[in-house]
Amino acid sequence: MADTILVVAEQREGKLNRVSLETIAGAQAISKETGWPVEVVLAGSDIGSLAQELAAKAVARVSVLEAPALTTYTSDAYVFALKQFIQEKQPKLVLFPHTYQVRDFAPRLALALDRSLISDAVGYKYENGRLLFTRQMFQGKFAADVSFAGDGPWLATFQIGAFRGDQAEAGSAPVENVTAAVSEGSPRVTPHEVFQEAKQAVDLSQSEVIVAVGRGIKEQKNLALAEELAKALGGEVAASRPICDNGWLPLERQIGSSGQTVAPKLYVALGISGAIQHLVGMKGSRTIVAINKDPEAPIFEIADVGVVGNLFDVVPALTEEIKKAKSA
Amino acid sequence: MKILVCIKQVPQKDAPLKLNESGTWIREDVSYEVNEPDAYALEEALRQKEKHGGEVVVITAGPVRAQQVLREALAKGADRAIHLEDDKFVQLDSTNTARAIAAAAAEENFDLIVTGLQSDDFGAAQTGVLLAEILGLPHATIIIGIEKTDSGLRLKRELEAGHYQFIDLPTPAVLTIQSGINKLRYASLIGIKQAKNKPLRKVAWAEVEPKLSKNLQQIERLYVPVKQKKTEMIEGPAAEVARKVTEYLKNTARVI
Ligand SMILES: Cc1cc2nc3c(=O)[nH]c(=O)nc-3n(C[C@@H](O)[C@H](O)[C@H](O)COP(=O)(O)OP(=O)(O)OC[C@H]3O[C@@H](n4cnc5c(N)ncnc54)[C@H](O)[C@@H]3O)c2cc1C
Ligand SMILES: Cc1cc2nc3c(=O)[nH]c(=O)nc-3n(C[C@H](O)[C@H](O)[C@H](O)COP(=O)(O)OP(=O)(O)OC[C@H]3O[C@@H](n4cnc5c(N)ncnc54)[C@H](O)[C@@H]3O)c2cc1C
Repeated sequence: MADTILVVAEQREGKLNRVSLETIAGAQAISKETGWPVEVVLAGSDIGSLAQELAAKAVARVSVLEAPALTTYTSDAYVFALKQFIQEKQPKLVLFPHTYQVRDFAPRLALALDRSLISDAVGYKYENGRLLFTRQMFQGKFAADVSFAGDGPWLATFQIGAFRGDQAEAGSAPVENVTAAVSEGSPRVTPHEVFQEAKQAVDLSQSEVIVAVGRGIKEQKNLALAEELAKALGGEVAASRPICDNGWLPLERQIGSSGQTVAPKLYVALGISGAIQHLVGMKGSRTIVAINKDPEAPIFEIADVGVVGNLFDVVPALTEEIKKAKSA
Repeated sequence: MKILVCIKQVPQKDAPLKLNESGTWIREDVSYEVNEPDAYALEEALRQKEKHGGEVVVITAGPVRAQQVLREALAKGADRAIHLEDDKFVQLDSTNTARAIAAAAAEENFDLIVTGLQSDDFGAAQTGVLLAEILGLPHATIIIGIEKTDSGLRLKRELEAGHYQFIDLPTPAVLTIQSGINKLRYASLIGIKQAKNKPLRKVAWAEVEPKLSKNLQQIERLYVPVKQKKTEMIEGPAAEVARKVTEYLKNTARVI
């Protein structure tokens, strides 16, 4: 059988997760170099209309893997159905978006197939006929090129934002309906409704200026430094996850993949290292200023202005200077 | 409940890291600490034990230095520890790491196994889920709330962008724990003293080797990532830095 790339697209409650298109774009890029055609599979029930959107991309085929057991996501049902499907299709490479759902079942699926999963890749390289996946290591301080040993199918997940979904090439693909394999037992996990916590008092997505603090702020009482800077700039205070985990600021002020996504005119990051889960929530900001004592901190990768220094010295001076500039 | 907590020792967050000679990992002469979410997993296990009784066992796979994370856990209140002790353990991929832990834990029949959701060094976010597959147990990931029920557990699962979901799960089970699920405790002086007398079982490489197989992925090279954006770097005395940043904000970025 010829080698193919299979993209496992994601839907939740009948809505296509747009990051699936990013993974298709990634698969198309790999396909250009390897010559392996791209196919897509979408699992669920009653999802034919979603398949149409996927079929409008330049891929060889879209398979709709359906069964009532796949209506609501459970790892048991997904692993069972996808294992059977992949064993029949024998693709060379299986690609997923690195979503919470994929994190939940893809490692199990890989092992059930007696194969390996390279998770959270930010890109790939095709060198002398070998496919390598690039992933961030040590919280973004390093990158690594990782290869598969042994036979396919090889499984890999792409980090959100690794490719641009709007650059997935358009086309027209046939849609194939496949009845999913369903295990005899019922799933062991019983999921309930997805919900959000109570309404939020602040909407940071509307703020033009955000001053965000990270663990470099050291103690809760030092938040005053950030508050004064925010006041001088006419902005709001936000934070990285550890600050909210500590209860120093409410969860609604957390920026990142499990918090808010913002794109203000100005984002000032104080003592934030720049882990990817934080960056995805703020990298769309127009101007990013980062203050960090570590010149190697990954936050500097995406900052427009980087200040290497002790925030306890720099921030008070900056607050004063901005007050002066504003009153001038 | 009889609970197993998987704890990985990782380089300290602020430690300056350097590449090793072969360019496949970092040089080992750095300070180490407990992987952050694993500390939350331990705390949660201790709280469940305090509420419902039982036993908390901690396990790590790694070189001699990794014993430190077990000592800290015992000092915080874990009852005993298992150390898969060998330099070779850190060269295993997630699948083989899970196999090694499973081999050491299988006969103990734990009601609950908790891991962190991912490590701060390699960060595969797979070991816990793989452990469940190997042991044939149900699992749940990115958990930020655990409540015992008559039939098992009611869990609060974190989803993307501020969304959550409750799920029910029978035990025995494997959970991967998210940072922030609880507030961490410090070890007490008495705890630190008592830890010295708590049992620590060492498991040698040879004991679990038959359960392992070849790594199915390999690190070709490790390197400092190439910068994608042009960053204007400013260094110097605070007052001067403040002036330059303010100028930039005023004249280039035009935000003040
Ligand atoms: C090819 C390859 C080569 C490697 N070489 C090295 C090397 O030379 N030196 C080195 O230090 N590392 C090396 N690693 C990293 C390796 O040891 C990983 O830790 C291992 O793959 C487990 O995956 P992870 O750290 O990504 O854990 P994740 O899957 O991200 O971890 C999730 C959770 O699993 C538990 N867990 C994970 N690992 C352990 C452990 N060892 N003990 C107890 N609990 C654990 C923890 O609770 C953790 O929070 C290598 C990895 C690969 C794939
Ligand atoms: C599934 C998942 C979801 C997540 N969701 C989010 C999320 O939504 N938002 C989020 O932020 N994180 C999230 N995280 C956590 C993320 O991976 C990082 O752990 C976190 O962002 C780190 O926060 P930090 O930068 O404040 O702390 P650290 O990484 O500890 O960085 C602190 C920084 O402060 C600097 N510093 C220390 N002292 C000073 C000083 N005196 N002056 C200047 N600089 C100083 C240090 O050099 C360091 O760079 C998530 C993780 C996972 C696995």
